[in-house]
Amino acid sequence: METTAYGNNATAARRAPQIVMSEKPQTASEKEAQVRFEISDLNFYYGPKQAVFGLNLKIPKNRVTALIGPSGCGKSTFLRTLNRMNETIRNTRVVGEILLDGQDISQLDVVGLRRRVGMVFQRPNPFPKSIYENVAYGLRINGYQGRLDDLVEHSLRRAALWDEAKDSLHKSAFALSGGQQQRLCIARALAVDPEVLLLDEPCSALDPVTTAKIEELMFHLKDSCTMAIVTHNMQQAARASDFTAFMLDGRLIEHSETSKLFTTPTDPRTEAYITGRFG
Amino acid sequence: MNRVALIWRKSLNVVMLTLTGVAAFGVVAVLFLILGYLVWNGGKSLNFDFFTKLPKPVGETGGGMANAILGSLKLLFLAALMGVPVGLMAGVYLAEFGGKTFSYIIRYTTDLLNGVPSIVIGIFAYSLAVLPFKHFSTMAGGVALGIMVIPITVRSTEEFLRAVPGSLREGAMALGASKWRTIATVVLPAAKGGIITGVLLALARVAGETAPLLFTAFSNRFWSPGWGQPIASLPVMIYTYAIAPYDDWHRQAWAAGLILLALVLVANIGTRVVLSRGGGGRSA
Amino acid sequence: MEHAPLRRLDGGGPRAFLHRLRHGDEVAHLLTLTFAAGILLLTSMLVYELWVNSHLSRAKFGWMFFWTTTWDPIFDNFGAAPFIYGTLVTSVVSLLIAVPLGLAAAIFLSELAPRRMSDTISFLIDLLAAVPSVIYGLLGIFIVVPLMRTTVGPALIGSLGHVPVLGRFFKGPNYGVGFLTAGVVLAIMVVPFIISVSREVLLTVPREQREAALALGATRWEATWKVVVPWARTGILGSVFLALARALGETMAVTMVIGNDPKISASLFAPGYTIASVIANEFTEATGDLYLSALIELGLVLFLMTFILNGLARLLIVATERGRGSPS
Repeated sequence: METTAYGNNATAARRAPQIVMSEKPQTASEKEAQVRFEISDLNFYYGPKQAVFGLNLKIPKNRVTALIGPSGCGKSTFLRTLNRMNETIRNTRVVGEILLDGQDISQLDVVGLRRRVGMVFQRPNPFPKSIYENVAYGLRINGYQGRLDDLVEHSLRRAALWDEAKDSLHKSAFALSGGQQQRLCIARALAVDPEVLLLDEPCSALDPVTTAKIEELMFHLKDSCTMAIVTHNMQQAARASDFTAFMLDGRLIEHSETSKLFTTPTDPRTEAYITGRFG
Repeated sequence: MNRVALIWRKSLNVVMLTLTGVAAFGVVAVLFLILGYLVWNGGKSLNFDFFTKLPKPVGETGGGMANAILGSLKLLFLAALMGVPVGLMAGVYLAEFGGKTFSYIIRYTTDLLNGVPSIVIGIFAYSLAVLPFKHFSTMAGGVALGIMVIPITVRSTEEFLRAVPGSLREGAMALGASKWRTIATVVLPAAKGGIITGVLLALARVAGETAPLLFTAFSNRFWSPGWGQPIASLPVMIYTYAIAPYDDWHRQAWAAGLILLALVLVANIGTRVVLSRGGGGRSA
Repeated sequence: MEHAPLRRLDGGGPRAFLHRLRHGDEVAHLLTLTFAAGILLLTSMLVYELWVNSHLSRAKFGWMFFWTTTWDPIFDNFGAAPFIYGTLVTSVVSLLIAVPLGLAAAIFLSELAPRRMSDTISFLIDLLAAVPSVIYGLLGIFIVVPLMRTTVGPALIGSLGHVPVLGRFFKGPNYGVGFLTAGVVLAIMVVPFIISVSREVLLTVPREQREAALALGATRWEATWKVVVPWARTGILGSVFLALARALGETMAVTMVIGNDPKISASLFAPGYTIASVIANEFTEATGDLYLSALIELGLVLFLMTFILNGLARLLIVATERGRGSPS
């Protein structure tokens, strides 16, 4: 049983013992061989103001990487560069290199990129359509011709929403509760079968029970999907992620396996943050 | 404090405040007066003939306004056909694509067009659609009314598109939708309730316009086949009959007025009820 | 499950898809921009046509057009003075009635009425604004005109006709139609605008202002009239300009009750003529190009008047929104 500087990890271990145990066999070379995103010297500007400074990070495949740090440290901004969502904001600039499976994402077709790298937002944002149509949306616009029904069901199952939604597929998405809506948004993002799923504080608007459901979902999704999650909740990062990156003022301070970062952080600033001395 | 002054101030207070209430209820009373008179005088004169028969020759009693009712419908149809697409597209431009200065210019011009007196629009439509062809026509009337529909449609389209939350747009774009796709498949459907009500209100407004039709569509005591001939319309008929010396025509003017007002009020009340109930976020 | 079909879609090359995608967005941008620019084109054409088609009249009469009081189709001598006079008089009369009435009602709705009542009454008053002009004209002819002829007219003439300065306005034969009747009908038509805009502006006055006045011992009325209304005065003035712009352009209701006589008279009971009315009545009867050109020049004048007024109204209403009612 590990104790973290953050406190007793017993609860975390009980909830998802597999996470803690599966990290042990991972060797350094294994980690490098399965890198999904490789970010080199990333700088990001909102107009004249720089928000991210010289960030270098490797996001491993089929693992959950958590991004933690105080408000305004640039973690959401960074997350959004990974699927080029920041391009929807005027006057932004990206300098540096982001490789997805070895390809520079700035050279890729952005629509195709966003199909491969999906996103779930802080507040659930289902479309004012039925549950079915929400999930089918991504499929329809990407021109998928086959049996939509099967794929919709599959996505809803992956998002652990099928049982609750199967009888009301054609009802409005707004009839769902907040937690269900967020799972619907996850199902919607999963429908196009992304290789990576970016989650921007997906549970911040949800209650603990729903949060637990979503964390469990993430655990099961890992095998088919790489995940990067921005979170304010350190318990969540400790529970649900394999790797954690700590950011401060736009810079990456420390990045390592979650268990290691929370028990023996190398940088004093990391330690200060996770013990709650600031942020 | 001087006791007399205090009593004076207090009485003034009561008097003035009462007067404001009188003013407010007085204005509302006028509305009901109008309705009442129209229902009373118009209701008396409404009969089956009104809806089905053509006007009788001048001086004879009887007949109806069937051609005017159809005429108004045809004109509204043309107005919608010409004005709504322009207004819709311009509204989309202003809400989704517009650059800062150009959008300001467009909005200013749209407001300008909205403020132009309807009779001046009639002159413009006359020079556009009547002069070149040397005769009045349904088409010219449609042009005049269509021009009036544009500014109202632009404003309501822009307003309701802007009201769609950015999170919906982001959700679509994160799934890989391009900008125009997002607009067409998520934003417009989300705003469609408001936009439709805006269009209906615009049509209700132009349905009652008389001045721009006076020298574009002119009038017609018979049916008007096709789109190239002068055509009768409810408002113009009301005007013509009201200023004429025949009692029978006055009767018919009241009836027509009732129909016109009923249409306009139903559209206005109906759209407001829908707007306040539907709000946003109903499933498309 | 079925991963393969979706991944196949990425084929066709990233570049081809990119081209298609960019193309789509830019097409949409261009398309909507074209329509938006179309509105610019339309409005410019409107001004152009008014200018060009009034050329004959402008060339012949020049600036004299504004002072000439004759309107003589037979001898082709046209002057705008009677119509400008008529338009201004009817509008001023309508404002003299509508502004106090409208402001009073707005005060009631914003200060005194409970929220629900205020909203309901506002809704009903907004419906008044939706009533077509020709229906106001209908009621004008059959209700206001007889009333003016038989009751109100004689009463006013009798009481005010002999008063020194004012008497001039209340003299003479009274047929029921005329400036006053038109002004009254116009007043009812523009009062909803004054009420709705003023009410909105009054509602934005901060609570603290009212409370400060009341705390100093002012009566409800004093607090409203001396503190709240002045705070909102820019916006209220804007609503007046808006109403005025509306009144200037009103055609049908006025045409039906003004008497259609191109004369300048002091008496409010005399028949008159407005710019909009003469265009409505005589446009289709205009024989001769100069006649038509003169009417169109009148249209141009009307356009300019409403353009300037609407511009001023906009400035005032924007000023209210910007420096939320700074009372200096």
